[in-house]
Amino acid sequence: MKRREFINKAGLTTLSTIIGAEIVYGINLPKDYSPLALQDPDPFKMFNKHKEMVVLNDKPWNIEAQAHLLDDAVTPNSCMFIRNNGLIPKDIDAKAWTLTIDGESVTNKKTYALADLKTKFKQYTYQLTLECGGNGRNEFNPPAKGNQWSVGAVHSANWTGVRLKDVLEDAGIKSNAVYIGYHATDVHLSMDPTKEPISRGCPISKALQDETLLAFKMNGEDIPIAHGYPLRLVAGGWPASVSGKWINRISIRNKVHDGTKMTGTAYRVPCEPVAPGEKVKDEDMCIIESMPVKSLITYPKTGAIINEGNTLNIRGHAWAGELEVRKTEYSIDFGATWQVCRIEKPVNRLAWQHFKAEVKFPKKGYYEVWAKATDSNGVSQPMLLPGWNPKGYLNNACHRIAVKVK
Amino acid sequence: MSKEEDFRKYIKKVYRLTALFSGLFIIAGGILVIYSVNPDFFNFRKESTTPVYVAIEEDEDTIENGIHVRTGLVDAEGLMTVVNNCTNCHSAKLVIQNRMNEERWNATIKWMQETQNLWDLGNNQSIIVNYLVTNYPPPELGRRANLSDIDWYELKD
Ligand code: HEC
Repeated sequence: MKRREFINKAGLTTLSTIIGAEIVYGINLPKDYSPLALQDPDPFKMFNKHKEMVVLNDKPWNIEAQAHLLDDAVTPNSCMFIRNNGLIPKDIDAKAWTLTIDGESVTNKKTYALADLKTKFKQYTYQLTLECGGNGRNEFNPPAKGNQWSVGAVHSANWTGVRLKDVLEDAGIKSNAVYIGYHATDVHLSMDPTKEPISRGCPISKALQDETLLAFKMNGEDIPIAHGYPLRLVAGGWPASVSGKWINRISIRNKVHDGTKMTGTAYRVPCEPVAPGEKVKDEDMCIIESMPVKSLITYPKTGAIINEGNTLNIRGHAWAGELEVRKTEYSIDFGATWQVCRIEKPVNRLAWQHFKAEVKFPKKGYYEVWAKATDSNGVSQPMLLPGWNPKGYLNNACHRIAVKVK
Repeated sequence: MSKEEDFRKYIKKVYRLTALFSGLFIIAGGILVIYSVNPDFFNFRKESTTPVYVAIEEDEDTIENGIHVRTGLVDAEGLMTVVNNCTNCHSAKLVIQNRMNEERWNATIKWMQETQNLWDLGNNQSIIVNYLVTNYPPPELGRRANLSDIDWYELKD
């Protein structure tokens, strides 16, 4: 900050002239966005984020929520985590934006203008839960590599767009199609134009689900720049990295997509369980598909002090990747006994579900309220950390809050 | 518009920006020199309301309370080697968040060299790894840690 106290208003005008005015004015950016080069990177202003969001990394931007910020039924932009792998593209021109469908298994390679996508295909809106594969990484022991997400790399917003399936079918899918892979316009951290920061995808069966969208609206408005404006792939229930931002190309592949962060250890876990800290060869790592069952207590915020005799109302959300949540429970005695919470049905497949309960405490003292969800296959969240893996994915251990009764 | 074209435009802009900032620094340096010789030089009018804006470069590597202010890294043996090799692509925040032993740091560096364009570090590699394992040792977390840093507050109903 100290070093940037030199730009006055006149300077700014000059700057924008030299850099190219279109950076400042020409792009169809949300209001209040100005390029990083010209300002202190205040992510809260730049991305319209809640002041209690936590910045894990400022280059590339990685920002997470805290549990109590996720209390809304539908997550607003202000409380949605950001996981960027590279630099946010500049000079985004939605009017000139195109999406190309290509790959070994496309019948006719086709390019669509964004405007045509919107008019040519029917639009759908779904609430879709996206959780970063590495959410909860900071609890693994020994520590796992990457951004040390705690509990806040999950959100469930409303996404509006066209079905990926409709577009893929319009271009034509050959019978040997196996996978799709996306390509986007973000820039590699090394600035090497031949490198993609991330290019992931999913099996063709997931791509063809009704809820897998090519989205251009989030919560009823243009998608904010940090979340993929003007076009984002949204595949609810899978690691959020499948939901590529700023996409301009989707390849229908005749093999498992081999783009950046599909291979090696990225978004993969050991095919067979390993001991904590064990070395795992790349070929023994398997791609993560559906995310596991999980829940979050979003009210009250941890640290609540209540008076003896009072009831504590708790609430939160639960989700289970491709599956539905069948049951949520809470415990105030570290799992010795569990009480059932009321849980709502999802508004649509792949949306998180809301639970609530009234909690009574037997006497004064320090308590932890733990929540546990069970999916439609009868699989529950573990209270301890699940299996260690080199990159620290899939920590779905029970969430808990601290409460004092006085 | 092709990606390369986009990128070339982008590089051009970065180039122009770099040139601009270098220019600013030179001008600022000049201003500083003149100012230190004759502080009244810029007093064109007595009650001038436009301050002189100067880019100050001298605090680039300031250390405060044992922390390298610009990056947040701990001031210890090897600091500048880490600053110069590990904060170019991503911010130091990504380095500081990660706790590994020597073997895993070496593997991470190898991974960045193979996939992320990190250069050969030569003798600097052992300096960097030594700095990291000494100053950012892995904590012992157990299978589930106690809740910590709880901000207690009275919950009104
Ligand atoms: C040439 C560019 C470049 C340089 C220089 C560089 N890195 Fe990286 N590094 C990357 C990229 C790209 C990533 C992936 C970032 C992401 O996924 O958000 C990364 C990721 C990391 C990670 C997270 C690893 C993971 O598995 O997610 C750590 C830790 C790290 N770097 C440490 C370092 C250290 C220490 C140095 C100095 C020796 C260094 N980096 C220098 C490009 C670089």
